Amino acid sequence: MLRLVVRRLLQLIPTLLGLSVLLFAWLNRLPGGPAAAILGEKATPADVAAIEEALGLDQPVWVQYLRFLQRLGRLDLGTSTMTGQPVWEEFTRAFPATVELGVSAMVIAVVVGVPLGYFAARRRGGWLDVTAVSGSLLGICIPVFFLAFILKALFAVQLGWFPSFGRQTTGIDATEITGFYVLDGLLTGEFDAAWDAVTHLVLPALALASIPLAIIVRMTRASVLEVLGEDYVRTAESKGLRKSTVRGRHVLRNALLPVVTAIGLLTGGLLSGAVLTESVFAFGGIGSFIKEAIDARDYPVLVGFIMFIALAYVVINLLVDLAYGLIDPRVRVH
Amino acid sequence: MPLLSVDELTITFAGRGQRDARAVDGVSFDVDQGQVVGLVGESGCGKSVTSLALMGLLPGRGVRLGGRAEFDGTDLLTLPAARMRDLRGTQLAMIFQDPLSSLNPVVPIGVQVTEILARHRGMRGEAARKEAAHLLDRVGIPDPTRRLKEYPHQLSGGMRQRALIAMAVACAPRLLIADEPTTALDVTIQAQILELLKELVDQEGTALLMITHDLGVVAGLCEQVNVLYAGKVVESAGRRALFDAPTHPYAHGLLGSIPRLDAPRGEALRPIRGSINDRIDWADGCAFAPRCDRYTMECLTGTPALTEPHTPGHQARCVNPVLPEGATSPQRTEATG
Repeated sequence: MLRLVVRRLLQLIPTLLGLSVLLFAWLNRLPGGPAAAILGEKATPADVAAIEEALGLDQPVWVQYLRFLQRLGRLDLGTSTMTGQPVWEEFTRAFPATVELGVSAMVIAVVVGVPLGYFAARRRGGWLDVTAVSGSLLGICIPVFFLAFILKALFAVQLGWFPSFGRQTTGIDATEITGFYVLDGLLTGEFDAAWDAVTHLVLPALALASIPLAIIVRMTRASVLEVLGEDYVRTAESKGLRKSTVRGRHVLRNALLPVVTAIGLLTGGLLSGAVLTESVFAFGGIGSFIKEAIDARDYPVLVGFIMFIALAYVVINLLVDLAYGLIDPRVRVH
Repeated sequence: MPLLSVDELTITFAGRGQRDARAVDGVSFDVDQGQVVGLVGESGCGKSVTSLALMGLLPGRGVRLGGRAEFDGTDLLTLPAARMRDLRGTQLAMIFQDPLSSLNPVVPIGVQVTEILARHRGMRGEAARKEAAHLLDRVGIPDPTRRLKEYPHQLSGGMRQRALIAMAVACAPRLLIADEPTTALDVTIQAQILELLKELVDQEGTALLMITHDLGVVAGLCEQVNVLYAGKVVESAGRRALFDAPTHPYAHGLLGSIPRLDAPRGEALRPIRGSINDRIDWADGCAFAPRCDRYTMECLTGTPALTEPHTPGHQARCVNPVLPEGATSPQRTEATG
């Protein structure tokens, strides 16, 4: 178990190094640059040269890369050319919002998707099944930003049930500890602040949950249908066990194996893919920050972000593998 | 009164858009207390469906059951699902064909044994684990306490089937149904498993309904044999009587098709020609007629009745039965019971 973790983390080093080389080669090819982005269209070549010198961009790419590695050794991702703040600080400011949103979306997708998929399979061909199957098709087809707009227009603007933008009502007196607003509110006992953060989360999380929800419903349904026909379910029935035992221990436990893998992969996607939802709801997470960074050709931020996402994917997949070992003894690592 | 009395059981699968398929077409047989009865036939003759119907394990939708199957006076076919659930595991238990796929791969063997003890005998915790270890020990699994914590993939094939048998006998059922319990196992293991079943049946007085296509299993185990063809019993006799004088041409062919070591060198094997798909409806005549060497036009005039052509108690459903040497002309007495 420990050996697996260590081996996976060691594998991460060449992966990230290779990725960073690719990134440097690629970013260097992009037209324009941070200097032009900072100065605007009327920049004189002299001004551009001055700024490029200040940022170290006048050096050959390999020198820039070595400097990057040097800083990375000190866990320093450099300074954002856009805001002038250390990249690390920008991330710690923006990531909690994205993580909070992504986790909420995933919780919705799992809590709704697994039971829905299960009951759709149990009553195959029934109204619930038909609704779940066609609904999940719709969920995959509708673009997330479009769904986000509809949710916002209906529930925030028209009905006024939820706030339409941001993570927190402006002017609320909330103590910030971790940057996860719901968690902060619970930790400090400021339940009104936690509730305020929850209401801000509902609509963007629903919009973001649509695709993972659809996938989880479909996978659970297909998996349950398969397991229901397995011999061991028949054996369990032949023992006269209670329905609840047959369903929980023998059907669901086996049916959830592939779903767990999917949940892991989808979670990685949510962390990097919430850009559109975040901009519709002005959520201020990493997605909107990265969009700005791309416009500003903010190389340090982009490199840092992409490498961070790669790291997140590897770690999440490692967690999935470990979880898988817990529920499926056949793949357990010794 | 027999423990289980199956009377004119029919099982029909609703055909989607096509005509319905009748898998079992009026099967009748009895199992007495403590008796070992064989249900023999080739793949597709309806023997497995029969066992699933008795256990109430056929899906509710798309399947129609007819006839009666009285177990200790109650009709299993019309019993409410909840009552059936109480009977399964306690009164009736079943062992299946493929021990690996019949065990839940992600649940330890111990839990798969104790769950039945918890459900029917109210045993939990240490008491249940002790009893489970005792059961595994009884079916011949060495080091049972350690095995309880293991998963099915860690056990050998024979051990898995033993574990399934332990689960089946956990509540001392009165009828055990074994559906080809040795088919997926090595020959040496097959013999051990059969030996174990015989031992359990002898010790506990459990009745055993043995479903098999293997005449070797029948010869070693069963007291009474029912040969099934295309969803109907075509011959029913005691083991000795059947092996000495197979009367229905199908049973005759089955026994004749067994390769013999003492046969002269170079003698060809004698299979029954065709397959079970070459059949006609029982309503039109004998379903075996298209494959039968003895068939006459008489075979195509409605379902042949079950008669006792030469010996009382030895029933066959045939108008041109194979008669043992020395037997006089067929007596054609209508079978009783």
